Amino acid sequence: MGWTRKILRVNLTEGTCKAEDLNMTWAKDYLGSRGLATKYLVEEMDPKVDPLSPENKLIMATGPLTGTMASTGGRYTVVTKGPLTGAIACSNSGGYFGAEMKFAGWDMIIFEGRSEKPVYLMLENDRAELKDASHLWGTSTWHTEEQIKKDNQDPQIRVSSIGKAGENQVLFSCVVNDLHRAAGRSGVGAVMGSKNLKAVALRGTKGVSGIEDFTEFAKVTKEKKAILAENAVTGQGLPTYGTQVLMNVINEMGALPTRNHKSVQFEDANAISAEAMAKPRESDGKAQLVTNAACFGCTIACGRISKIDKEHFTVVNKPQYWGAAGGLEYEAAWALGAANGVNDLDALQYANLICNEQGMDPISFGATIGAVMEMYENGTLDEAAIGVKAPFGSAAALCELVDMTANGVGFGVEIGLGSKRLCEKYGQPELSMSVKGQEFPAYDARGIQGMGLTYATSNRGACHLRSYTVASEVLGIPVKTDPLTTDGKPELVMAFQDATAAFDSSGLCIFTSFAWSLADIQPQIDAACEGEWSLEKLSQVGERIWNMEKMFNLEAGLTKDDDRLPKRLTTEPAEMGPAKGLVSGVPEMLPKYYEIRGWDTEGHPKAETKARLGL
Amino acid sequence: MLKSLYIDPEKCTGCLQCEMACSLENTGIFNPSQSRIKVFSFEDAGRKVPYTCTQCDEAWCMQACPVDAIKLDKHTGAKVVEEETCVGCKVCTISCPFGTINYVAETGKVQKCDLCGGDPACAAACPTEAITFVDANWTGLERMRTWAARANEASL
Repeated sequence: MGWTRKILRVNLTEGTCKAEDLNMTWAKDYLGSRGLATKYLVEEMDPKVDPLSPENKLIMATGPLTGTMASTGGRYTVVTKGPLTGAIACSNSGGYFGAEMKFAGWDMIIFEGRSEKPVYLMLENDRAELKDASHLWGTSTWHTEEQIKKDNQDPQIRVSSIGKAGENQVLFSCVVNDLHRAAGRSGVGAVMGSKNLKAVALRGTKGVSGIEDFTEFAKVTKEKKAILAENAVTGQGLPTYGTQVLMNVINEMGALPTRNHKSVQFEDANAISAEAMAKPRESDGKAQLVTNAACFGCTIACGRISKIDKEHFTVVNKPQYWGAAGGLEYEAAWALGAANGVNDLDALQYANLICNEQGMDPISFGATIGAVMEMYENGTLDEAAIGVKAPFGSAAALCELVDMTANGVGFGVEIGLGSKRLCEKYGQPELSMSVKGQEFPAYDARGIQGMGLTYATSNRGACHLRSYTVASEVLGIPVKTDPLTTDGKPELVMAFQDATAAFDSSGLCIFTSFAWSLADIQPQIDAACEGEWSLEKLSQVGERIWNMEKMFNLEAGLTKDDDRLPKRLTTEPAEMGPAKGLVSGVPEMLPKYYEIRGWDTEGHPKAETKARLGL
Repeated sequence: MLKSLYIDPEKCTGCLQCEMACSLENTGIFNPSQSRIKVFSFEDAGRKVPYTCTQCDEAWCMQACPVDAIKLDKHTGAKVVEEETCVGCKVCTISCPFGTINYVAETGKVQKCDLCGGDPACAAACPTEAITFVDANWTGLERMRTWAARANEASL
């Protein structure tokens, strides 16, 4: 067991909701969540469809460990074809929404077609209903959640929704659940928007009963929680400082992309770090950080809950932003801050709040602002074009542009296209710091060589969460490797990619992998799920998922050319720090990576590779 | 010695391991909707607060029950619902000032915290010690310790 064995198919064109049995043959080959939802997508949909057309499907999927006592067992994944990348999109989120889907008795929900009018899905145990959302359209994710609870007179409903950005089909809009958690990347929110699907509301009172061996499961999950508690990263670093613990560390390594990757160190990194968040402000004597917070089932609790300075120029007349809210996490602090040279911590939190409120990925938004600022400084764009003066470092511009993008106003509409389309439009495609059209996260490929290959080969476009080699190259987990060399990195990236695909498909959080290896989740899956789940089998499931995603992309029309970094990273050496003089070694690593993957020189999985993996 | 659940909201992260443990102990599955301890989220303040029955001495629920279905467990001090006796009239849910005894439609009975017979699963599952099970006569001990430390610092 582990699975509820039930999926809900919602046809938005027809307005129908139908229950189906889960395909257990696929479940045993693809586990759940990311892997299983992608299998459904691959089997049911032509990869060439326009991502924003009714022909695209959007799947919300849990894993077999979602909704259990396993630490971090609350994750769900949104799988669809991504409008930002034209590739497979697969965005994972925590909060409480995923577990609620299981409690209502469902492994996944498949959305098809397009509704004529705005609707939301209300799913209460077995009862599924598409409800009118015209009164929610044009409102934020925060308002939508509150209003749905009021309309249904049930404060225990869990909601996942899009804000105005998703409605306006901002290509990096996200799906926000439980106010501050998001299926963040690749524009999955725009797909929901294109379907006129405003929200999914869940209420589950059935619980998770399908655990193969409850006694063994309780015992093994308790043992594994103890490992997380005792580990320096998951037991101390993350709960105390959050992911922001990395800001100063990565900066000192010379791997903090700064001002659209022109530099690799930010002189004001400390001002936007975890330490700065915990420090009392001069204005009111309070720290920005209020507390840490956990997602469902999580015994790490890395989440940040903060309060912005009421006197800050962004919110001085906006009391609706004075309460506690999510942020800042490292990726957002970097993308909104260092990537643009902005050092104003409260301005970053304001931009982050708007991203959550209206449903935008702060990484792609912030990185796109970096490109805008570079084009402003080099004279391509001026104040008349943008609507504001936008030099690097301008907190005012950042905050003005986040409002414009979230609300679809003026130049914000163009920012909503993402940096690739924006830079192409203004004749400077090389200034988009992206792969497959998706912007880089917070690690410079020159200072951490494995991350360059991670970005180039990530199936969903540039992303740190497909193979977080930072763990090895910076933190020494599971073994320390030299971040400045390319030796052994293709093997490292491949191993991380396959393991991560298995982690993501289980319903657990990848952050557990700071303390756990696959060998730690294997007995948890084995106790929960029917059948034998050996370590070898899990590893192969991970590799199978990776190859399946790759094949989806190839069929969608992506080529070897889409596995490249922008030339800034491969031709302009880092000018300072430990990586001084280095460029990214992706061009030399890529052929080796294809070879060990069992792919041909064009990056196509060979026949024997597909046969070995049952693809 | 009687023991009491002691809840320190400052330490709660909102992970709901307590609700999972409670439902597993009492229903055999993972089902927070049947948990007898609930974690409340106060978003504007950024606070999470677990709340359950305090096993109060007055025990309005016990006094209100027309069929004597709620009994005092002398070993734990818990007021325990006898399911076979409960008729599901819900009078106890009206009489409890704290709302910590509730009707369960699926069983037609009421449920409340019974301290798991003296070894509460919620406290065992809590990863941050926001929920502990301590000497019932000394629930103020930790707060006293905090103030004692301050007094000590002041005297140095």
